Amino acid sequence: MTAVTEVKQLTVARTGNEAMAEAMRQINPDVVAAYPITPATEIAQIFSSFVADGLVNTDMVTVESEHSALSATLGAAAAGARAMTATSSQGLMLMAEIMPIVAALRLPIVMPEVNRAISGPINIHCDHSDTMFCRDAGWIQIFSENAQEAYDNVLQAIKIAENPQVHLPALVTTDGFIISHGMETIKILPDDDAREYIGAYKANYSLLNHEKPITVGSIDLQNYYFEHRIPVIEAMQAAKSIIKQVGKDFGEKYGRAYDLIEKYRTDDAEAAIICLGSTAGTAKDVVDALRTKGQKVGLIKIRVFRPFPVEDLTAALSTLKAVAVFDRSDSLNGYGGPVFTEVCSALFNSAQKPKIINYIYGLGGRDIDVHQIEAVYNRLNSIKDSKDVGDIVSYLGVRK
Amino acid sequence: MSFDTQKYTGTLTVSELPEGGIWTEPGSSLMRKTGDWKTLKPVWDKNKCISCMTCWAYCPDSCIKTEKVLNEKTGKEDVKNAGIDLTHCKGCGICAAVCPPKIAAITMEKAR
Amino acid sequence: MATLKELAAREEKFVGGHTSCAGCGYPNIFRLTLAAIKEPVAVVGATGCCEVNTSIFPYTSWKVPFLHNAFENSAATCSGVEAAYQSMVKSGKIKDENFRFIAFGGDGGTYDIGLQSLSGAMERGHDMLYICYDNGAYMNTGIQRSGATPRYANTTTAPVGKVNPGKSQKKKDLAKIMVGHNVPYVAQTIAGNWKDLTNKVEKAMSIRGPKFIVVLATCPLGWVTKSQDTVKLTQMAVDCCFWPLYEVENGKYKINYDPKDKKIPVADWLKLQGRFKHLFKAGNENLLAEIQTEVDQDWENLKALCDFHSKQGVV
Repeated sequence: MTAVTEVKQLTVARTGNEAMAEAMRQINPDVVAAYPITPATEIAQIFSSFVADGLVNTDMVTVESEHSALSATLGAAAAGARAMTATSSQGLMLMAEIMPIVAALRLPIVMPEVNRAISGPINIHCDHSDTMFCRDAGWIQIFSENAQEAYDNVLQAIKIAENPQVHLPALVTTDGFIISHGMETIKILPDDDAREYIGAYKANYSLLNHEKPITVGSIDLQNYYFEHRIPVIEAMQAAKSIIKQVGKDFGEKYGRAYDLIEKYRTDDAEAAIICLGSTAGTAKDVVDALRTKGQKVGLIKIRVFRPFPVEDLTAALSTLKAVAVFDRSDSLNGYGGPVFTEVCSALFNSAQKPKIINYIYGLGGRDIDVHQIEAVYNRLNSIKDSKDVGDIVSYLGVRK
Repeated sequence: MSFDTQKYTGTLTVSELPEGGIWTEPGSSLMRKTGDWKTLKPVWDKNKCISCMTCWAYCPDSCIKTEKVLNEKTGKEDVKNAGIDLTHCKGCGICAAVCPPKIAAITMEKAR
Repeated sequence: MATLKELAAREEKFVGGHTSCAGCGYPNIFRLTLAAIKEPVAVVGATGCCEVNTSIFPYTSWKVPFLHNAFENSAATCSGVEAAYQSMVKSGKIKDENFRFIAFGGDGGTYDIGLQSLSGAMERGHDMLYICYDNGAYMNTGIQRSGATPRYANTTTAPVGKVNPGKSQKKKDLAKIMVGHNVPYVAQTIAGNWKDLTNKVEKAMSIRGPKFIVVLATCPLGWVTKSQDTVKLTQMAVDCCFWPLYEVENGKYKINYDPKDKKIPVADWLKLQGRFKHLFKAGNENLLAEIQTEVDQDWENLKALCDFHSKQGVV
């Protein structure tokens, strides 16, 4: 905590879903279109009660599917409205077709999303396979460690997505049930401060101008598709510095600063775990416990997976000897998880890089505990100075 | 309607394109000369035409030109057929087919 | 209801230079629809021939705001545009300009892949008009059969072969499906009757809430017909009662045109179309008879429905 908190915040008890719905209430979007899906159902459900009580001005479009949810949200955003939706798992997969279109049209839609395993078999509990499935859709992806971060991240996502240098949609995720349904004490901004922070939305273009009618969503042939993809790619690159700036400003204003990655006790560390989401909280406790025993261990939490924080990660990893990448999904590429392969790819051209192993864990909500994480640190300590790292990809907590 | 021909050479660069792939010049398809397609062309006889506008209603390519005139009998604004836009006409022959048989103001001829 | 001269006097909001085939049946649906609407209008189009032909970047045939999202979701997308308008008018962010909203799709994007999205948007009661241009197959991808393809038509995925006489199933009745949504206005019309089409669009525009119009449109490529016959072909579909002109206002059916003694045999219409060529080979008389029986039965059923409603005192 670098800054003194000037704004008096409210301390409340909220689940992750409640925290995200609270952020949406303060954002007060013009349109929300959503469809229920466990464990994200509550977000739109709670928001609906805000609509019913007249606490927001939102037109709530209760669609018949997630595909229509994102389609209607896209339509609303193209009409110049601030529009949001929320979903999880199969719902996100059903939206998948529309997600890259939203990005290409440069519509800054923010979507709270609860990480849940994808079918099959059907499973309603947490892993990251849904979000990872959509990782190349052109959406910014921000992972939350707890309900506080979920709230903060939704507010920041609006600032990031709507920044003229970005104009990209953003997913803000929590871990299914672990965060979405876990009650925590969090701090929220007073409504007036939140609204001032969010500010008024000014769309880059709108369909609702009949004097200057525009055509949106044209078909590109070979002569323009490439030129239309480049700005999306460049916006994703530009988003990195904007995300950092927004996170820093948020810290200065409200005492909770954010970055693309969070380094926890890595300054003199030799071994570290890289993970996303709620596991970071558990791993931090293990780091603290091992530190009291004199072990030089730390943790790197990837808060923003898209854009992928290549520069920050390579810098953070340059001083480490051994790293275990935790993936809560498998790429089914025959070689580990998506976070692992991206971290390896980021490091390939670095002169200073640690040994890297990969753990796939927690699929379908399988619990991960401090003992398992401690065992991984023990392994990292044993391999950090040896030539042989053993199995590169391992599966944690599965019965074989 | 006039368009900047430089925008329709298929060579705009990334920095020249509006954000989001939108296009801000409505009706710009007129820059495409679909009249090149035709093998038959409609020939309109101004003297036979009674400006019933049936051809206007059914031309898929919006090629029946209109002009606003003052109807001397009624004193109100009227619309007359002002010929065919052969720059965009694809020569489908619908205009000739829907022209009332007793009028037959449009006939199809070889385009080249 | 506007006269043809009045319509022709208005500015064209859908212009030429698009890339639809010569003699294509759908473009004048959009020309006439937009001519019939005086208010500001925004159009959302589904992927398909119309969208592909009218918006090849940087060319656009639209002089009204136009949005294409994907294939199956023009209704849902339009519902979002409409919700945005209502919301921002209500909160005072934009002024009320009596904006109207139209979504369209072909038969593939409406009868089949987009049916769920359409159903949802209609059920939710958005103030929008959905127009389906129905040419009876997936023409854009190369004449594959759709739920709208008539029985025994030749298509590339239900082709006529040594043992199969084309598509073996009957065409889906989309207008009736939409009537089942209890929307205030449903109508069936053709691209080849400017008056019926524009009257129905005008009527739809006078009603608040969800409206649906399905318009039969010729596809010279898929129907294997002469380009100059495009208008005549949809008129004949009405005259043989394969495709009656009717509307359903608040659930009450009304036939707009009864050919009575001018009713022509379906075969007269079919024989102009190459997609039905096989039906006129010796030995296939029973197939033709089957189609005629089906059309007659459907026509009688429709008349009975209309009689029932007119006897209730609703015209």
